[in-house]
Amino acid sequence: MIRVVLPYHLRNLARVDGEVLLEMESPPTLRSVLDTIEAKYPVLRGTIRDHVTLRRRPFVRFFACKEDLSLEPPETELPEAVATGAEPFLIVGAMAGG
Amino acid sequence: MSKVRLLVGTKKGAFIITSDGKRKEWKVNGPLFAGWEIYHVKGSPVEPKRIYASQTSGWFGQIIQRSDDGGKTWNTPGGGPTASPDGMPKGESNKFVYEGEIGKHLWYDGTQHPWEFKRVWHLEPSLTDPDTVYAGVEDAAIFKTTNGGKTWQELAGLRSAKGHLWQPGAGGMAVHTIILDRKNPKRIFVAISAAGAFRSDDDGKSWKPVNRGLKSQYELPDPDTEVGHCVHRIAMHPSRPDVLFMQKHWDVLRTDNGGEQWREVSGNLPTDFGFPIDVHAHEPETIYVVPIKSDSEHFPPEGKLRVYRSKSGGNEWEALTKGLPQKDCYVNVLRDAMAVDSLEPCGVYFGTTGGQVYASANSGNSWNPVVRDLPSVLSVEVQTLR
Repeated sequence: MIRVVLPYHLRNLARVDGEVLLEMESPPTLRSVLDTIEAKYPVLRGTIRDHVTLRRRPFVRFFACKEDLSLEPPETELPEAVATGAEPFLIVGAMAGG
Repeated sequence: MSKVRLLVGTKKGAFIITSDGKRKEWKVNGPLFAGWEIYHVKGSPVEPKRIYASQTSGWFGQIIQRSDDGGKTWNTPGGGPTASPDGMPKGESNKFVYEGEIGKHLWYDGTQHPWEFKRVWHLEPSLTDPDTVYAGVEDAAIFKTTNGGKTWQELAGLRSAKGHLWQPGAGGMAVHTIILDRKNPKRIFVAISAAGAFRSDDDGKSWKPVNRGLKSQYELPDPDTEVGHCVHRIAMHPSRPDVLFMQKHWDVLRTDNGGEQWREVSGNLPTDFGFPIDVHAHEPETIYVVPIKSDSEHFPPEGKLRVYRSKSGGNEWEALTKGLPQKDCYVNVLRDAMAVDSLEPCGVYFGTTGGQVYASANSGNSWNPVVRDLPSVLSVEVQTLR
Protein backbone atom coordinates (compact mmCIF):
# COMPACT_ATOMS: atom_id res chain seq x y z
CA MET A 1 0.00 0.00 0.00
CA ILE A 2 1.44 3.35 -1.06
CA ARG A 3 0.67 6.38 1.09
CA VAL A 4 0.39 9.69 -0.74
CA VAL A 5 0.04 13.13 0.81
CA LEU A 6 -1.71 15.59 -1.48
CA PRO A 7 -1.53 19.37 -1.05
CA TYR A 8 -4.51 21.05 0.62
CA HIS A 9 -6.19 22.26 -2.56
CA LEU A 10 -5.93 18.90 -4.30
CA ARG A 11 -7.33 17.10 -1.25
CA ASN A 12 -10.32 19.42 -1.44
CA LEU A 13 -10.66 18.86 -5.15
CA ALA A 14 -10.51 15.09 -4.76
CA ARG A 15 -12.73 15.30 -1.67
CA VAL A 16 -10.40 13.28 0.52
CA ASP A 17 -9.18 13.79 4.07
CA GLY A 18 -5.69 12.89 5.14
CA GLU A 19 -3.48 10.57 3.16
CA VAL A 20 -4.50 8.78 -0.01
CA LEU A 21 -3.85 5.03 0.00
CA LEU A 22 -3.03 3.35 -3.31
CA GLU A 23 -2.98 -0.34 -4.15
CA MET A 24 -0.47 -0.80 -6.94
CA GLU A 25 2.13 -3.09 -8.39
CA SER A 26 5.71 -3.07 -7.21
CA PRO A 27 8.04 -1.49 -7.73
CA PRO A 28 6.23 1.87 -7.73
CA THR A 29 7.69 4.59 -9.89
CA LEU A 30 6.96 8.30 -10.12
CA ARG A 31 4.91 7.65 -13.24
CA SER A 32 2.97 4.68 -11.88
CA VAL A 33 2.05 6.50 -8.67
CA LEU A 34 0.74 9.47 -10.62
CA ASP A 35 -1.09 7.19 -13.08
CA THR A 36 -2.75 5.43 -10.16
CA ILE A 37 -3.72 8.64 -8.40
CA GLU A 38 -5.28 10.01 -11.59
CA ALA A 39 -7.12 6.75 -12.23
CA LYS A 40 -8.58 6.83 -8.73
CA TYR A 41 -9.26 10.58 -8.76
CA PRO A 42 -9.80 11.68 -12.37
CA VAL A 43 -10.50 15.22 -11.21
CA LEU A 44 -6.78 15.51 -10.50
CA ARG A 45 -5.77 14.93 -14.10
CA GLY A 46 -4.08 18.05 -15.38
CA THR A 47 -3.51 19.46 -11.88
CA ILE A 48 -0.25 17.67 -11.07
CA ARG A 49 1.11 17.16 -14.56
CA ASP A 50 0.13 18.33 -18.01
CA HIS A 51 -2.72 16.46 -19.69
CA VAL A 52 -0.82 15.86 -22.91
CA THR A 53 2.89 15.95 -22.19
CA LEU A 54 2.53 14.43 -18.69
CA ARG A 55 5.25 16.82 -17.54
CA ARG A 56 5.11 17.97 -13.93
CA ARG A 57 3.47 21.35 -13.52
CA PRO A 58 6.11 23.98 -12.71
CA PHE A 59 4.98 24.72 -9.15
CA VAL A 60 4.31 21.16 -8.06
CA ARG A 61 7.12 19.21 -6.38
CA PHE A 62 7.59 15.57 -5.37
CA PHE A 63 9.31 14.45 -2.17
CA ALA A 64 9.95 11.11 -0.46
CA CYS A 65 12.18 10.18 2.46
CA LYS A 66 13.46 13.77 2.65
CA GLU A 67 14.59 13.64 -0.97
CA ASP A 68 13.39 15.95 -3.72
CA LEU A 69 12.37 13.72 -6.63
CA SER A 70 10.85 16.53 -8.69
CA LEU A 71 13.53 16.51 -11.34
CA GLU A 72 13.92 12.75 -11.57
CA PRO A 73 12.69 10.94 -14.71
CA PRO A 74 9.21 9.39 -14.58
CA GLU A 75 10.54 5.83 -14.48
CA THR A 76 12.43 6.50 -11.25
CA GLU A 77 11.57 3.88 -8.65
CA LEU A 78 10.39 5.23 -5.33
CA PRO A 79 12.39 4.42 -2.18
CA GLU A 80 11.75 1.08 -0.50
CA ALA A 81 10.26 2.85 2.52
CA VAL A 82 7.59 4.38 0.27
CA ALA A 83 6.95 1.07 -1.49
CA THR A 84 6.30 -0.63 1.84
CA GLY A 85 4.15 2.20 3.16
CA ALA A 86 6.56 3.11 5.93
CA GLU A 87 6.99 6.60 4.48
CA PRO A 88 4.56 8.68 2.41
CA PHE A 89 5.08 10.06 -1.06
CA LEU A 90 4.57 13.82 -0.86
CA ILE A 91 3.07 15.96 -3.61
CA VAL A 92 3.67 19.56 -2.63
CA GLY A 93 2.63 22.95 -3.94
CA ALA A 94 5.93 24.78 -4.30
CA MET A 95 6.63 27.85 -2.20
CA ALA A 96 6.23 30.17 -5.15
CA GLY A 97 3.57 32.57 -4.02
CA GLY A 98 5.81 35.58 -3.75
CA MET B 1 -41.43 37.46 -6.26
CA SER B 2 -38.38 38.13 -8.37
CA LYS B 3 -34.90 37.56 -7.02
CA VAL B 4 -31.41 38.31 -8.14
CA ARG B 5 -28.34 36.15 -7.73
CA LEU B 6 -24.91 37.74 -8.08
CA LEU B 7 -22.09 35.44 -9.15
CA VAL B 8 -18.85 37.01 -8.03
CA GLY B 9 -15.43 35.67 -8.97
CA THR B 10 -12.47 36.85 -6.90
CA LYS B 11 -8.78 36.17 -6.56
CA LYS B 12 -9.46 33.88 -3.60
CA GLY B 13 -12.74 32.16 -4.33
CA ALA B 14 -16.29 32.65 -5.58
CA PHE B 15 -19.22 34.22 -3.79
CA ILE B 16 -22.92 33.89 -4.46
CA ILE B 17 -24.89 36.87 -3.23
CA THR B 18 -28.67 36.93 -3.30
CA SER B 19 -31.48 39.38 -2.74
CA ASP B 20 -35.13 39.78 -3.46
CA GLY B 21 -36.39 42.09 -6.18
CA LYS B 22 -36.03 45.14 -3.94
CA ARG B 23 -32.27 44.60 -3.95
CA LYS B 24 -31.73 46.17 -0.54
CA GLU B 25 -30.88 43.24 1.72
CA TRP B 26 -28.19 40.82 0.58
CA LYS B 27 -27.08 37.40 1.71
CA VAL B 28 -23.47 36.49 1.01
CA ASN B 29 -22.53 32.84 0.53
CA GLY B 30 -18.89 31.89 0.18
CA PRO B 31 -16.09 31.63 -0.38
CA LEU B 32 -16.60 28.72 -2.73
CA PHE B 33 -13.42 27.09 -4.04
CA ALA B 34 -11.56 29.04 -1.36
CA GLY B 35 -8.03 30.00 -2.19
CA TRP B 36 -8.43 29.58 -5.94
CA GLU B 37 -8.69 32.34 -8.51
CA ILE B 38 -12.19 32.37 -9.91
CA TYR B 39 -12.01 34.25 -13.16
CA HIS B 40 -15.66 33.91 -14.09
CA VAL B 41 -18.94 32.40 -12.95
CA LYS B 42 -21.97 32.46 -15.21
CA GLY B 43 -25.37 30.82 -15.33
CA SER B 44 -27.24 29.38 -18.26
CA PRO B 45 -29.91 31.76 -19.56
CA VAL B 46 -32.21 28.83 -20.33
CA GLU B 47 -31.61 26.85 -17.12
CA PRO B 48 -30.62 29.31 -14.38
CA LYS B 49 -29.81 26.57 -11.88
CA ARG B 50 -27.04 25.46 -14.22
CA ILE B 51 -23.97 27.55 -13.39
CA TYR B 52 -20.43 27.20 -14.66
CA ALA B 53 -17.28 28.46 -12.93
CA SER B 54 -13.69 28.82 -14.05
CA GLN B 55 -11.39 27.91 -11.17
CA THR B 56 -7.68 28.36 -11.71
CA SER B 57 -4.39 28.35 -9.88
CA GLY B 58 -0.78 29.07 -10.70
CA TRP B 59 0.09 25.80 -8.98
CA PHE B 60 -2.57 23.37 -10.12
CA GLY B 61 -3.88 24.78 -13.38
CA GLN B 62 -7.43 24.97 -14.68
CA ILE B 63 -10.59 23.42 -13.24
CA ILE B 64 -14.12 23.76 -14.58
CA GLN B 65 -16.86 23.53 -11.98
CA ARG B 66 -20.56 23.09 -12.65
CA SER B 67 -23.61 23.42 -10.44
CA ASP B 68 -27.01 22.06 -11.34
CA ASP B 69 -28.81 23.47 -8.30
CA GLY B 70 -28.17 27.18 -8.41
CA GLY B 71 -24.79 27.03 -6.73
CA LYS B 72 -25.65 24.90 -3.68
CA THR B 73 -23.46 22.00 -4.80
CA TRP B 74 -20.74 21.76 -7.43
CA ASN B 75 -19.02 19.06 -9.42
CA THR B 76 -16.26 18.81 -11.96
CA PRO B 77 -18.01 17.50 -15.07
CA GLY B 78 -16.15 14.49 -16.38
CA GLY B 79 -14.16 14.32 -13.17
CA GLY B 80 -15.82 11.16 -11.90
CA PRO B 81 -14.51 7.66 -12.47
CA THR B 82 -16.04 7.18 -15.92
CA ALA B 83 -14.00 4.62 -17.82
CA SER B 84 -13.08 5.49 -21.39
CA PRO B 85 -12.82 2.73 -24.06
CA ASP B 86 -9.14 2.24 -23.30
CA GLY B 87 -9.91 1.65 -19.64
CA MET B 88 -8.55 4.93 -18.36
CA PRO B 89 -10.76 7.44 -16.61
CA LYS B 90 -11.45 10.60 -18.50
CA GLY B 91 -11.50 13.63 -16.22
CA GLU B 92 -11.26 15.93 -19.19
CA SER B 93 -13.34 18.87 -18.04
CA ASN B 94 -10.14 20.82 -17.53
CA LYS B 95 -8.43 19.61 -20.70
CA PHE B 96 -8.04 22.52 -23.10
CA VAL B 97 -5.83 21.39 -25.95
CA TYR B 98 -5.35 23.55 -29.03
CA GLU B 99 -6.46 21.91 -32.26
CA GLY B 100 -3.91 20.73 -34.81
CA GLU B 101 -0.51 22.30 -34.99
CA ILE B 102 -0.29 24.63 -32.02
CA GLY B 103 1.14 27.54 -33.98
CA LYS B 104 2.80 30.72 -32.81
CA HIS B 105 1.88 34.31 -32.04
CA LEU B 106 3.85 37.51 -31.77
CA TRP B 107 5.95 37.83 -28.62
CA TYR B 108 7.14 40.95 -26.82
CA ASP B 109 10.54 40.88 -28.48
CA GLY B 110 9.11 40.59 -31.99
CA THR B 111 9.76 36.87 -32.28
CA GLN B 112 7.12 34.18 -32.70
CA HIS B 113 6.09 32.31 -29.54
CA PRO B 114 4.09 29.06 -29.31
CA TRP B 115 0.58 29.19 -27.91
CA GLU B 116 0.44 27.96 -24.29
CA PHE B 117 -2.84 27.32 -22.50
CA LYS B 118 -2.93 29.12 -19.16
CA ARG B 119 -6.51 29.54 -17.95
CA VAL B 120 -10.14 30.17 -18.82
CA TRP B 121 -11.02 33.84 -18.49
CA HIS B 122 -14.65 33.81 -19.57
CA LEU B 123 -17.47 31.28 -19.81
CA GLU B 124 -20.43 32.10 -22.04
CA PRO B 125 -23.31 29.61 -21.79
CA SER B 126 -25.43 29.10 -24.89
CA LEU B 127 -28.65 31.07 -25.21
CA THR B 128 -30.57 27.88 -26.04
CA ASP B 129 -28.83 24.81 -24.62
CA PRO B 130 -27.61 24.49 -21.01
CA ASP B 131 -25.02 21.89 -22.01
CA THR B 132 -23.37 24.15 -24.56
CA VAL B 133 -20.85 26.70 -23.34
CA TYR B 134 -18.12 28.75 -24.99
CA ALA B 135 -14.87 29.37 -23.12
CA GLY B 136 -12.50 32.24 -23.79
CA VAL B 137 -8.99 31.26 -22.78
CA GLU B 138 -5.45 32.58 -22.37
CA ASP B 139 -3.41 32.22 -24.61
CA ALA B 140 -6.17 33.55 -26.78
CA ALA B 141 -8.54 30.98 -28.21
CA ILE B 142 -12.16 29.95 -27.95
CA PHE B 143 -13.31 26.49 -26.91
CA LYS B 144 -16.77 24.94 -26.90
CA THR B 145 -18.43 22.17 -24.95
CA THR B 146 -21.69 20.56 -25.96
CA ASN B 147 -21.84 18.08 -23.07
CA GLY B 148 -22.08 20.32 -20.05
CA GLY B 149 -18.36 20.86 -19.67
CA LYS B 150 -17.17 17.25 -19.78
CA THR B 151 -15.01 17.86 -22.82
CA TRP B 152 -13.93 20.94 -24.73
CA GLN B 153 -12.95 21.46 -28.35
CA GLU B 154 -11.21 24.50 -29.77
CA LEU B 155 -12.90 26.52 -32.51
CA ALA B 156 -9.56 26.89 -34.20
CA GLY B 157 -10.73 29.21 -36.94
CA LEU B 158 -10.34 32.13 -34.57
CA ARG B 159 -6.58 31.75 -34.38
CA SER B 160 -6.51 31.64 -38.16
CA ALA B 161 -7.63 35.26 -38.19
CA LYS B 162 -4.07 36.54 -38.31
CA GLY B 163 -3.21 34.93 -34.97
CA HIS B 164 0.47 35.07 -35.80
CA LEU B 165 0.21 38.87 -35.41
CA TRP B 166 -1.53 38.86 -32.03
CA GLN B 167 0.59 39.93 -29.09
CA PRO B 168 0.02 39.71 -25.33
CA GLY B 169 -0.63 42.88 -23.39
CA ALA B 170 0.61 43.37 -19.86
CA GLY B 171 -2.32 41.32 -18.59
CA GLY B 172 -1.73 38.44 -20.96
CA MET B 173 -3.38 37.49 -24.24
CA ALA B 174 -6.84 36.16 -23.64
CA VAL B 175 -10.28 35.89 -25.15
CA HIS B 176 -12.00 37.84 -22.38
CA THR B 177 -15.32 38.65 -24.02
CA ILE B 178 -17.76 36.39 -25.85
CA ILE B 179 -21.11 37.74 -27.07
CA LEU B 180 -23.80 35.57 -28.60
CA ASP B 181 -26.45 37.02 -30.90
CA ARG B 182 -30.06 36.17 -29.97
CA LYS B 183 -31.34 37.02 -33.43
CA ASN B 184 -28.68 35.23 -35.40
CA PRO B 185 -27.61 31.99 -33.65
CA LYS B 186 -24.62 31.59 -35.93
CA ARG B 187 -23.11 34.96 -35.07
CA ILE B 188 -20.52 35.30 -32.27
CA PHE B 189 -18.34 38.22 -31.27
CA VAL B 190 -15.18 37.89 -29.21
CA ALA B 191 -12.61 40.38 -27.97
CA ILE B 192 -8.96 39.78 -27.22
CA SER B 193 -6.25 41.86 -25.59
CA ALA B 194 -4.15 42.76 -27.52
CA ALA B 195 -5.56 41.55 -30.81
CA GLY B 196 -8.95 43.21 -31.19
CA ALA B 197 -12.55 42.27 -31.84
CA PHE B 198 -13.53 39.37 -34.09
CA ARG B 199 -16.79 38.09 -35.53
CA SER B 200 -17.96 34.71 -36.72
CA ASP B 201 -21.09 34.28 -38.83
CA ASP B 202 -20.94 30.49 -38.98
CA ASP B 203 -21.09 29.43 -35.31
CA GLY B 204 -17.41 29.82 -34.72
CA LYS B 205 -15.97 27.98 -37.70
CA SER B 206 -14.44 31.02 -39.36
CA TRP B 207 -13.68 34.46 -38.02
CA LYS B 208 -12.71 37.87 -39.25
CA PRO B 209 -11.26 40.90 -37.46
CA VAL B 210 -13.81 43.70 -37.00
CA ASN B 211 -11.62 46.59 -35.92
CA ARG B 212 -12.02 49.23 -38.58
CA GLY B 213 -12.17 52.66 -36.98
CA LEU B 214 -10.11 51.74 -33.92
CA LYS B 215 -7.15 54.03 -33.45
CA SER B 216 -3.99 53.42 -31.46
CA GLN B 217 -1.74 56.02 -32.98
CA TYR B 218 1.48 55.14 -31.17
CA GLU B 219 1.26 51.36 -31.02
CA LEU B 220 -0.40 50.95 -34.42
CA PRO B 221 0.42 53.93 -36.61
CA ASP B 222 -1.21 52.34 -39.67
CA PRO B 223 -4.95 53.21 -39.32
CA ASP B 224 -5.87 50.21 -41.46
CA THR B 225 -4.21 47.70 -39.14
CA GLU B 226 -6.65 44.83 -38.78
CA VAL B 227 -5.33 43.22 -35.59
CA GLY B 228 -3.24 44.24 -32.61
CA HIS B 229 -5.78 46.54 -30.96
CA CYS B 230 -6.11 46.33 -27.19
CA VAL B 231 -9.87 45.93 -26.82
CA HIS B 232 -10.81 45.75 -23.16
CA ARG B 233 -14.50 44.91 -23.46
CA ILE B 234 -17.43 44.96 -25.84
CA ALA B 235 -21.13 44.93 -24.97
CA MET B 236 -24.40 44.51 -26.85
CA HIS B 237 -28.07 44.97 -26.08
CA PRO B 238 -29.83 41.75 -27.08
CA SER B 239 -32.54 43.59 -29.00
CA ARG B 240 -30.03 45.35 -31.28
CA PRO B 241 -27.27 42.93 -32.16
CA ASP B 242 -25.72 45.15 -34.82
CA VAL B 243 -24.99 47.85 -32.26
CA LEU B 244 -22.01 47.18 -30.03
CA PHE B 245 -20.16 49.36 -27.59
CA MET B 246 -16.46 49.05 -26.84
CA GLN B 247 -14.14 50.11 -24.07
CA LYS B 248 -10.73 50.06 -25.65
CA HIS B 249 -7.40 50.52 -23.86
CA TRP B 250 -8.04 54.18 -24.59
CA ASP B 251 -11.30 55.33 -26.24
CA VAL B 252 -14.93 54.32 -25.93
CA LEU B 253 -16.46 53.40 -29.29
CA ARG B 254 -19.63 52.12 -30.91
CA THR B 255 -20.53 50.33 -34.10
CA ASP B 256 -23.95 50.28 -35.74
CA ASN B 257 -23.19 47.61 -38.30
CA GLY B 258 -21.91 44.60 -36.42
CA GLY B 259 -18.35 45.79 -36.16
CA GLU B 260 -17.78 46.73 -39.81
CA GLN B 261 -17.00 50.28 -38.72
CA TRP B 262 -16.44 51.77 -35.26
CA ARG B 263 -16.56 55.42 -34.22
CA GLU B 264 -15.40 57.04 -31.02
CA VAL B 265 -18.05 58.17 -28.50
CA SER B 266 -15.80 59.12 -25.59
CA GLY B 267 -17.29 62.62 -25.60
CA ASN B 268 -17.01 64.39 -22.26
CA LEU B 269 -15.63 61.50 -20.21
CA PRO B 270 -12.92 62.68 -17.80
CA THR B 271 -10.69 59.94 -19.22
CA ASP B 272 -11.57 57.36 -21.84
CA PHE B 273 -9.32 54.65 -20.41
CA GLY B 274 -11.12 51.86 -18.57
CA PHE B 275 -12.10 48.24 -18.58
CA PRO B 276 -15.82 47.39 -18.30
CA ILE B 277 -18.68 48.63 -20.43
CA ASP B 278 -22.29 47.50 -20.20
CA VAL B 279 -25.73 48.30 -21.60
CA HIS B 280 -28.94 49.03 -19.68
CA ALA B 281 -31.34 46.07 -19.81
CA HIS B 282 -34.30 48.07 -21.15
CA GLU B 283 -32.72 51.11 -22.82
CA PRO B 284 -30.38 50.07 -25.63
CA GLU B 285 -28.86 53.55 -25.87
CA THR B 286 -28.00 53.74 -22.17
CA ILE B 287 -24.49 52.55 -21.46
CA TYR B 288 -22.13 52.50 -18.50
CA VAL B 289 -18.35 52.79 -18.12
CA VAL B 290 -15.96 53.33 -15.22
CA PRO B 291 -13.25 55.78 -16.28
CA ILE B 292 -9.78 54.95 -14.98
CA LYS B 293 -7.06 57.58 -14.81
CA SER B 294 -4.63 56.05 -17.30
CA ASP B 295 -2.88 52.95 -18.49
CA SER B 296 -0.13 53.76 -16.00
CA GLU B 297 -2.41 54.50 -13.05
CA HIS B 298 -5.20 51.98 -12.80
CA PHE B 299 -7.48 53.85 -10.40
CA PRO B 300 -10.24 56.42 -10.70
CA PRO B 301 -9.26 60.03 -11.43
CA GLU B 302 -8.99 62.23 -8.31
CA GLY B 303 -9.64 59.24 -6.05
CA LYS B 304 -13.36 59.48 -6.87
CA LEU B 305 -15.12 56.28 -7.88
CA ARG B 306 -17.56 57.32 -10.57
CA VAL B 307 -19.63 55.30 -12.96
CA TYR B 308 -20.42 57.28 -16.09
CA ARG B 309 -23.71 56.80 -17.88
CA SER B 310 -24.66 57.91 -21.34
CA LYS B 311 -28.33 57.83 -22.32
CA SER B 312 -27.51 58.75 -25.87
CA GLY B 313 -25.34 55.81 -26.85
CA GLY B 314 -22.18 57.74 -26.10
CA ASN B 315 -20.64 61.20 -26.42
CA GLU B 316 -22.76 62.75 -23.66
CA TRP B 317 -21.93 61.28 -20.27
CA GLU B 318 -23.03 61.98 -16.72
CA ALA B 319 -21.18 61.01 -13.56
CA LEU B 320 -23.03 58.70 -11.18
CA THR B 321 -21.60 59.24 -7.71
CA LYS B 322 -24.36 58.89 -5.14
CA GLY B 323 -23.31 56.22 -2.69
CA LEU B 324 -19.85 55.73 -4.19
CA PRO B 325 -16.67 56.89 -2.42
CA GLN B 326 -15.71 60.36 -3.59
CA LYS B 327 -12.35 60.67 -1.93
CA ASP B 328 -9.30 58.47 -1.36
CA CYS B 329 -10.56 55.68 -3.57
CA TYR B 330 -7.87 53.93 -5.59
CA VAL B 331 -9.44 50.69 -6.72
CA ASN B 332 -9.90 49.40 -10.24
CA VAL B 333 -12.90 47.75 -11.87
CA LEU B 334 -11.90 44.91 -14.15
CA ARG B 335 -13.45 44.16 -17.53
CA ASP B 336 -15.72 41.29 -16.49
CA ALA B 337 -16.76 42.91 -13.21
CA MET B 338 -19.90 44.78 -14.29
CA ALA B 339 -23.36 43.38 -14.98
CA VAL B 340 -27.00 44.44 -15.27
CA ASP B 341 -30.15 42.62 -14.19
CA SER B 342 -33.41 42.69 -16.11
CA LEU B 343 -35.72 43.91 -13.35
CA GLU B 344 -37.57 47.21 -13.53
CA PRO B 345 -35.85 49.51 -12.81
CA CYS B 346 -32.69 47.99 -14.17
CA GLY B 347 -30.11 46.93 -11.58
CA VAL B 348 -26.45 47.66 -12.23
CA TYR B 349 -23.61 45.95 -10.37
CA PHE B 350 -19.85 46.13 -10.30
CA GLY B 351 -16.98 44.79 -8.22
CA THR B 352 -13.64 46.37 -7.46
CA THR B 353 -10.09 45.24 -6.96
CA GLY B 354 -10.53 46.43 -3.37
CA GLY B 355 -13.15 43.75 -2.76
CA GLN B 356 -16.28 45.88 -2.80
CA VAL B 357 -19.36 44.95 -4.78
CA TYR B 358 -21.72 47.85 -5.43
CA ALA B 359 -25.32 47.64 -6.54
CA SER B 360 -27.73 50.16 -7.94
CA ALA B 361 -31.41 49.24 -8.01
CA ASN B 362 -32.29 52.35 -10.01
CA SER B 363 -30.23 52.23 -13.19
CA GLY B 364 -27.22 53.83 -11.56
CA ASN B 365 -28.85 56.86 -9.92
CA SER B 366 -27.63 55.71 -6.52
CA TRP B 367 -25.42 52.93 -5.24
CA ASN B 368 -25.02 50.81 -2.16
CA PRO B 369 -22.25 48.42 -1.20
CA VAL B 370 -23.49 44.85 -1.23
CA VAL B 371 -20.30 43.70 0.47
CA ARG B 372 -17.10 45.59 1.23
CA ASP B 373 -14.25 43.28 2.03
CA LEU B 374 -14.06 40.42 -0.42
CA PRO B 375 -10.81 39.48 -2.10
CA SER B 376 -10.04 41.43 -5.25
CA VAL B 377 -13.03 41.03 -7.57
CA LEU B 378 -12.32 39.55 -11.00
CA SER B 379 -15.87 39.18 -12.32
CA VAL B 380 -19.50 39.94 -11.55
CA GLU B 381 -22.51 38.37 -13.21
CA VAL B 382 -26.14 38.61 -12.21
CA GLN B 383 -29.05 36.26 -12.72
CA THR B 384 -32.58 37.61 -12.62
CA LEU B 385 -34.77 34.86 -11.18
CA ARG B 386 -38.53 35.06 -11.61
